[in-house]
Formats: sequence, structure tokens, C-alpha cells
Amino acid sequence: MTQTPLLIVLLLTLSSLAYHFGRKRAFAVSAGRIRTLHSLPAYYGLYAALWAVIPALLVLGLWLGFEDTVITRLVVGSLPPEIASLAPSRLNLVLNDIRNLVVGNIVSSEPDAAIIAAADRYRELRGVSTVALFAVTLGLATIGGWLAYGRIRPEQRSRNAVERIVMGILIACSTIAILTTVGIVLSVLFESIRFFQAVPVTEFLFGLDWSPQIAIRADQAGSSGAFGAVPLFAGTMLITLIAMSVAVPIGLMSAIYLAEYASSRVRATAKPLLEVLAGIPTVVYGFFAALTVAPFIRNSGGLFGLDIASESALAAGLVMGVMIIPFVSSLSDDVINAVPQSLRDGAYGMGATQSETIRRVIFPAALPGIVGAVLLAVSRAIGETMIVVMAAGLAAKLTANPFEAVTTVTVQIVTLLVGDQEFDSPKTLAAFALGLVLFFVTLALNVLALYIVRKYREQYE
Amino acid sequence: MSEPAQTERDSFARVEAGMKRRRAAERRFRFFGKCAVGLGLGFLVILFVSIVGNGYSAFWQTRITLDVAIDEAIVDPAGTRDPAVLRAADYGALIKQSLREMFPDVSGRRNRFALYGLVSNGANFDLRDRVLADPSLIGGKLSLSVAADDDVDMLMKGHIDRDAPEADRRIKDNQLAWIDALEADDRLHSAFNLDFFGNGDSRDPELAGIRGALMGSIYTLFVTLGLSFPLAVAAAVYLEEFAPKNRWTDLIEVNINNLAAVPSIVFGLLGLAVFINFFTLPRSAPIVGGLVLTLMTLPTIIIASRAALKSVPPSIREGALGVGASPMQAVMYHVLPLALPGMLTGTIIGMAQALGETAPLLMIGMVAFIADVPTGVFDPSTALPVQIYLWADSPERAYVEKTSAAIIVLLLFLAAMNALAVLLRRRFERRW
Repeated sequence: MTQTPLLIVLLLTLSSLAYHFGRKRAFAVSAGRIRTLHSLPAYYGLYAALWAVIPALLVLGLWLGFEDTVITRLVVGSLPPEIASLAPSRLNLVLNDIRNLVVGNIVSSEPDAAIIAAADRYRELRGVSTVALFAVTLGLATIGGWLAYGRIRPEQRSRNAVERIVMGILIACSTIAILTTVGIVLSVLFESIRFFQAVPVTEFLFGLDWSPQIAIRADQAGSSGAFGAVPLFAGTMLITLIAMSVAVPIGLMSAIYLAEYASSRVRATAKPLLEVLAGIPTVVYGFFAALTVAPFIRNSGGLFGLDIASESALAAGLVMGVMIIPFVSSLSDDVINAVPQSLRDGAYGMGATQSETIRRVIFPAALPGIVGAVLLAVSRAIGETMIVVMAAGLAAKLTANPFEAVTTVTVQIVTLLVGDQEFDSPKTLAAFALGLVLFFVTLALNVLALYIVRKYREQYE
Repeated sequence: MSEPAQTERDSFARVEAGMKRRRAAERRFRFFGKCAVGLGLGFLVILFVSIVGNGYSAFWQTRITLDVAIDEAIVDPAGTRDPAVLRAADYGALIKQSLREMFPDVSGRRNRFALYGLVSNGANFDLRDRVLADPSLIGGKLSLSVAADDDVDMLMKGHIDRDAPEADRRIKDNQLAWIDALEADDRLHSAFNLDFFGNGDSRDPELAGIRGALMGSIYTLFVTLGLSFPLAVAAAVYLEEFAPKNRWTDLIEVNINNLAAVPSIVFGLLGLAVFINFFTLPRSAPIVGGLVLTLMTLPTIIIASRAALKSVPPSIREGALGVGASPMQAVMYHVLPLALPGMLTGTIIGMAQALGETAPLLMIGMVAFIADVPTGVFDPSTALPVQIYLWADSPERAYVEKTSAAIIVLLLFLAAMNALAVLLRRRFERRW
């Protein structure tokens, strides 16, 4: 583990040696007439180098990925039966103690003999594993390089071979996007299924009561563990609605102004400045909402005799709306600019004023694209986390009053998962179920928006 | 013949009659547009003014000059000058003694405690470091400038109201009198806050700094850059230059576009489930943060890299192929070098996005209180935006300015990265 960098350096050294000797051998087998070689000499070197390093790196990656799991299995297998047969959660605690002992950390209680023995075994296995890893990878590198070296002949098509390998690497890299999606779906799906075994899907999707605290003792009060997510969905929608009612008018009007009215100088300064709003980290907005906007709203509400919670949906929604302005404005700007000039000229020719042209001709023509932009912005608002975590509060209330504190899906994911929790309680798993809902809702919105935008684009091309 | 002229005049009159209303509507519409742009820019200004206004004062710090008598009986009773002994000595007693000497008429446990509270807890360590660096100071007198407690700092910066009732004030009346005496004695001064840039996180606001978070962010970005740039360039080269048009590549393309819009917190869930639970990588470590942010920024960089490749004209490829290069050689030696500046620009923008990201890092546990500055990608650490989140949650008044100052630093980094991207684009942009 800690020797991995050393191992990688060694492998790279071996590989560069292979390159050097491969290239030399190419010169040697050509017997001075380089023209007889099928490929440039460097390709023979590369061929040997790639054969030396790639199998070894693959083995290294797999080894590191599974080393810990395998060793843990072996250690658990060697534990005395009364410990090995403990419930999984207790067993994890024991394993943590063992790992801590191995690293040399202080363990909470005086460890018993079995655990010390297990720790010794763990350490020993890890030592064996490291030695074996070095032997296997360095051996593979040597053998791979040697075999490739042996195959170097003038007529060997090493450039084609190298290019095939490189193409393979390129294809592998391009599939990472798919692997990521699969990883997201599988990881949230698996945990969600475990969650739905404890809590029925219908209760989760339609229940009106959200209080994820679960009683540790049966007689504890007020910790029933209710997982009805409707208040979260309602809170998310309320905040999204507020954000959109800020972002859509401002974003759309500024897009129209910048695209149709503003001089190129104004446009060249105002557009990048507006886009700065999109580049500011969300945690900054969250701080701004909690420190400046929420007290301001609370105080100005007090002037009108309104009682506004210090963590109101309004503050979070307003600031989120400000964050989303540039999304709406730059996407709408694109679609407005894509409306052909002939439509404008036609409207002017009929005697329409500029604003009439915009409202009656350009806006309807750009509407599908604008709807797409707004949908993308909605998906951005639903998935936004830091602003609501810092400014929206935790109370799962089913309310449409923007002056009250509400909570959202993302806030609950964060509060359920931050801090120390066992990984298999419904409370933690609920976060993954929420994540699943979040992923699919935003995915649906994005697909819909991209579909609308693409369809609209075809119209004018 | 008079009839058509009549209708013409009529319609002119009708148009003329409506013109006033229509012109007004035009002006209104234009005014709304201006308002919208103005509002957007206004929000930006308010945001910056509020952050900078709250934060600039954190770059200065109130310090108190103490005359500390370094008593050999306390520091090194045996006279061995052994560093282990010197390190373990009770320097707090020396600081307290010097404060007592300055205000000899303070009596009673509570009053003394209040007096000691004027000076930061970090003073002990400052003194220890001075003595360790130069043991010959022992037995002599040292004029030492130490950080004042955060409440004193807040008072001096005007964040605590002197006229408020004593019960509502964190600085009590007796402390106010001592502070005034210190000020009259020219022992209070304001200095550049080195602690803010040199320290890790701390429970004492006057000692808390961003060094740990900054290093955590740098390690995380290092991992992200090292993984995402090669992966994204390779993926972009394949998709743009070699991929056949079929269902599989369509699927990849749709996937990349959708991943770019997946909420960042979902990537955090992925990191928690896959990297921490399945591969048992350490919690709170920059390596996991880097991996998660790599997956998050990949789509951005791939899309930018593909645009860069697309902007290289086909004539370059054809020229290379014409003189006998293989398609792979044409791409590697001719197209890729020309597209590289564009790819780098996209990468820097992706890195800026990763630097500001908080939510996925919360999921993988980079949110713990960590006072030590991390020294590698496997050490537990936080990141700059997470530090901002943590400080924003702290109740002490002094953390408000710390948070704002950390935000200023973060924004400066982001501005620098974006400026670099713009510069690269200007320098290497080529119109074909």
C-alpha cells in the first residue's frame, strides 16, 4: 500500500529499459539498413515498453482493489468462532479494532488475546501480500518485456501493434462515462433496495411524515422513524419555485436585452459579468444567504408585522434564484441568437416595433429552446445542495408558506450521511433512496430539456 | 378617386393614434430589460461587497506585546537545556505571570481568569517556539508579541459594542479597562495575520487558519488533475477522431451529456458507496475527494476537449495522411498538439469547478475537524470550501470574518484560474 509509488516507479523504470533495448534491437536486426524495418525504430521500443508495463499495471490495480477485502476475509476466517459468528455490525467493530491495532492507533478498550493474534495475522498477511505483489508485477513486467523483445524482427508490424494497444486504451477511457453512470445507478439502487426492504416504497413516496431518527431502545419516545418523503419533495418544490420566479424573469429579460438591444460594448462586459454569478461556489452563496439575506428578510418582514423564520424558504430560494440567473440567461441568449434574422426583418417590414417583434415573433420562435433552458435550470435548482443546507433548515414541514423553514431532499441526504453512522441502518440507507429519486428526477428533466432543445434546433438549420 | 385616399388617410390616422401607446410599450420593455441586467449585476455587487466588507479585516489581527520573564525555575529547573524538558515546560504560567505583573492589583480567581482570557491560548506555543529556537533566552526577559483573544480582536475591530449592557457583551467591564490600559501603554497593535495563512483549523478563532484546508484542496486538485486530464483527452480523442457512428458511441455521448448535469451530491453518494465502502479507501482523504471530483469534472473536460479537436481543420489531418502518416500518427503528432491549448483551457475551467465544489466532499467525510496540515493524499483533511462551510456554522462572531476571508481567498484562486484560462485562450487561439 505505502510502497505503491515505489512499485510504480520501478515498473516505469523497467518499461523505459524495455523501450531502450527494444529500440536498440530494432537497429540490430535491421543490420544497418533501417529501410528494411516495417516501422520506425521507436515503435519497436514502444512495443516492448507497453508489453512490459500494461499487464503489470492491470494486475497492480486489481490487486490493490481486492487486497483489503481478501485479507479481511482471511482474518475473519481465522478468528475464534465466538467472534466470527457475531452479527455483522459487531464484527465490523472488532475489525476496526484490529485495523487500529495494526496501524498502531490507541484502541478504546484493552484488546483481548484473540484480537491481538488477529492483528498479528493481519499484519503478517499484509506483509506477504506486499512481497507477493512486488514479485508478481515485476516478474510480469520482465516477462512481458522479454517476450516482446524476442519478437522484434524487421518485418514485424510493431507500429500497428502499438496503435492497436493505444486504441484500446482510448476506448477504455471513453467508456469511463458509462462506468460512472452504471456506478451511480448501482450504488444508489443497491442501498435503496435494502432501504425498501425495511420501509415500503409506498410509504416512502406517499407518506406525509418525515422523522428519520430511529429509537435505539424500544421505550424511547419520539423516535419512531417515519420515512414519508412528501414533505421533502414539497420543500424542494417550494424552494425551486421561488428560485425560478427570481431566475426566469430576470434571466430571460436580460438575455433579451443583451441579445436584441444592448450595444456590442455593453454586451461584451455585461455578459461575462453575469456569468461570474455561475462561477461562484455554491458554499459562498450559502454563506451569503445565511449571513446577509436571511436576516435582511427577517427584519424587513418584521417591519410589516410578519413573523419570518430565520431559516426561511424565501431566503434560500432567492439566493438560489440569483445563482441560476446566468444559466437561464446564457442558454436563452443562445436560442434567441439562433432565431434567423429573416424573421426579425419580416416583422420590421410589417411595421412592428422592436419590442413587438420580440414579443410576437422572436419569443414564440425561441420558446421551445427557452423551455429547455428553464427545465435545465429547474434540474440545477433541485440538485443544488449547499445553499439549502446552509440557509433552508432541517424541519420537515408540509407547508406552502415561503416564510417558514422547509427542508429539501439534498439537505436530508447531507444530514443523514454526515457524521458517524453505521452503514446499514434505514436512516443512512434513506439517504440513498433520496439520492435515487434525485438522480432520476434530474435525469428525466435533462433528457427532456436536451430533447426539446435539439428538436428546436433542427427547425432552423 | 377620393375613396382610396380617404382610407389611406384613415389607416395612417389609426396607426398614428396607436403610436403613442406602442412607443410607451417599447420604452417600458426596454426599461425592464435594463432593470433585469441591472438587478443581475446588482446582486453580484452586493455579494462581493458583503463578503469583502465582512472579510477584509480578518487579514489583520490584534496582537498584545508582553514582557515575559523566562524563569529558569519554571522552564528548566534542572538546568539541562534538554529540548524534551524545554518542550514540556509550562509556558502558560510564564504568560500568566507577565500579565499579573502588568496588572498587579487584579485579585480573585475569576478576575485573574478574565485577565488571562485577554491573550490567546496560542501564546504558550509562540513562547515555547522562541525558547526552543534560542535557549539562551532562559533567565532573561523577552518582549513577546502574542495574538490577542478573539473577543479582544472583535472589540478592537468594532464588532463588539462598548456601550451595550455588560451582560450582553462578551468583553466585561474589567476587561475593557485592562484593554484601555494596554492601549494607553502602546502594547496593543494590529499586524498582518500570518496565523491565518500558516495554521490549520482551530477551535480558537484567533488561531484558526486556512493552511490545512488549502493544502487539502491542493492535494485533492492534484489527484483530480492527474486523473481527469489524461482520461478526458483520451476519451475525447477517441470519440472525436476514431469512433464509428453507432449505437455504442451514441450511448457514450448521451451519457457524457447527462453526467454533466447530474447533481454533484449524487457523485458524493457514488464515492461513499464505491470508493469508501467497496474499495475501503480511507475516509476524509484527498485521494477519495480527488477521485470523486475526477468523475464529476470528466464530462466538462471531455466536452471542451472535443470542441478543441473539432476546431482543428480537416486539412491538417488530410495533409498528414497525404504524406503517409497513419490515422493514429496524424492525430497524435498533428491534430492533438494544435488542440492542446483548447483542452488545457477546458481543464482549468473544470479544475476551478472542482475547487469550488463542496457537497460531494461532505459525503465522503472531508468535513471532520482536522487541526493538522495534511502531508499527503492519504492524510485526513478538509478542503477550502468545506472549511468555509464548517466555519459558517460556528457560533463565534470572529468566525464570520474568518469565513469571509476564506471565501476571499477561494474567490481569488478561482479568479486566477479563470484568468489563466482566458490568457491561454488569447495566447494560443488560432483562427483557421
